[in-house]
Amino acid sequence: MIEIRNIHKTFGENHVLKGISAEFKEGMCNLIIGGSGSGKTTLLKCMVGLHEPEEGSVIYDGRDFTRMNFQSRIEIRTEIGMLFQGSALFDSMNVEDNIMFPINMFTDQNQKEKLERANFCLERVNLAGKNKLFPAELSGGMKKRVGIARAIAMNPKYLFVDEPNSGLDPKTAIVIDDLIQELTEEYKTTTVVVTHDMNSVMGIGENIIFLHEGKKWWEGSNKEISQTDNIELNEFVFASKFMQALQKK
Amino acid sequence: MIFHPLGKYILLLKAVFRRPEKWNIYRKEILHEMVSIGVGSLGIIAIISLFLGAVTTVQTAFQLVSDFIPKSVIGMIVRDSAILELSPTISAIVLAGKVGSSVASQIGTMRVTEQIDALEIMGINSPGYLILPKIIGAVTMIPLLVIISIGLTITGGYIAGTASGAVTGQDFISGITSDFIPFTFTVSMVKAVMFAFIITSVSAYQGFYTNGGALEVGRSSTKAVVISCIAILFTDYVIAQLLL
Repeated sequence: MIEIRNIHKTFGENHVLKGISAEFKEGMCNLIIGGSGSGKTTLLKCMVGLHEPEEGSVIYDGRDFTRMNFQSRIEIRTEIGMLFQGSALFDSMNVEDNIMFPINMFTDQNQKEKLERANFCLERVNLAGKNKLFPAELSGGMKKRVGIARAIAMNPKYLFVDEPNSGLDPKTAIVIDDLIQELTEEYKTTTVVVTHDMNSVMGIGENIIFLHEGKKWWEGSNKEISQTDNIELNEFVFASKFMQALQKK
Repeated sequence: MIFHPLGKYILLLKAVFRRPEKWNIYRKEILHEMVSIGVGSLGIIAIISLFLGAVTTVQTAFQLVSDFIPKSVIGMIVRDSAILELSPTISAIVLAGKVGSSVASQIGTMRVTEQIDALEIMGINSPGYLILPKIIGAVTMIPLLVIISIGLTITGGYIAGTASGAVTGQDFISGITSDFIPFTFTVSMVKAVMFAFIITSVSAYQGFYTNGGALEVGRSSTKAVVISCIAILFTDYVIAQLLL
């Protein structure tokens, strides 16, 4: 479980996160949703240590990440897998080397074991045999899947996903969502997904946190989200014509 | 105004020299950078060195109008100019353009495409992994390039001098072999090592703190070359003042 307590983050004059507290449960897809500029990605980056919050704590199973130094954080970071919005694959490495990179860095496995793990991860994301392709040769959806394969290479306890469906067609987006949910159940990871995609919200949102103007505005599940009387949340959920039509029905 | 970036630069260097996670991975990266910087720059260094030597010979001969000065002086001037200034400094300025812009744009692109964030999430010391191999690669290969450049500058001078008739081959060789002060070579190597460090660390700093998109990567690359060149010339003066 990951717990965040009273997170504040400011960029210059802009107070982006205004005291957010929440719990992200183990073995569950926890979604952070909200409009553009609501602070979703900033919160995610504070949780993984890419941004340092001015106030508050991020606690991984009782371990206060925000109070740790660089060396102590490494232990938790090896338990984290993350899929970035643009996949963030290393351009100079092929698919196989991208997946084997964290294994090379943090384990003493021999080449055969590393290769087996890379192949297993690739098979898990339905990209078996694509080992020697470079990121430039992959489609957007394939890049995301390689990004997921790299994220699970070290058997993470915590999986962070930033905008998994951005730039993908609806069909591929569902494939990625399903994959995230399957992996969460399979490995019992604490998964945190930042998204503004309503398909993801309805599909995999077991625990949803809605951010508005840097504050936690609402919390619930995908079953409850369409029945809430929260005005800002309703404006967000039913912003598209498709959702409005569904609401009328 | 200068203190904030200087402080950031020093902190970055502190992170660069933190103990590596795994030496064998760093070793591979170092060898890769040595090939990229050393072998990759050999062609341009060879071309500029030959021409620098040729131009120095022709212009020195043009200025030596007195019959009281022996022609062998041309060889001596070309040798000392090559060792002390032309090969280390001009090569470093050319390498700031070639290697520096490449380092800044490579690291800058990794920053804007979140590849550096990915390294940090994995628990890898990203400044160490990305910058240390480049610094070690440059500090070992650029002095070798300077040695090659010295040889080629003198060769270029010899070819131009004998081809134009400005100096005979015998006079030129007599010039380059007489009154040689070995310490000038030490000064040249000190310059080469310092310049290599400046080119890679300054360019890596510019790339590492790139903020934005493709436009900013280009800006970082340009800034890396400009600042490296100024730092090289300033260091050149300081070394000359201190050692000569």
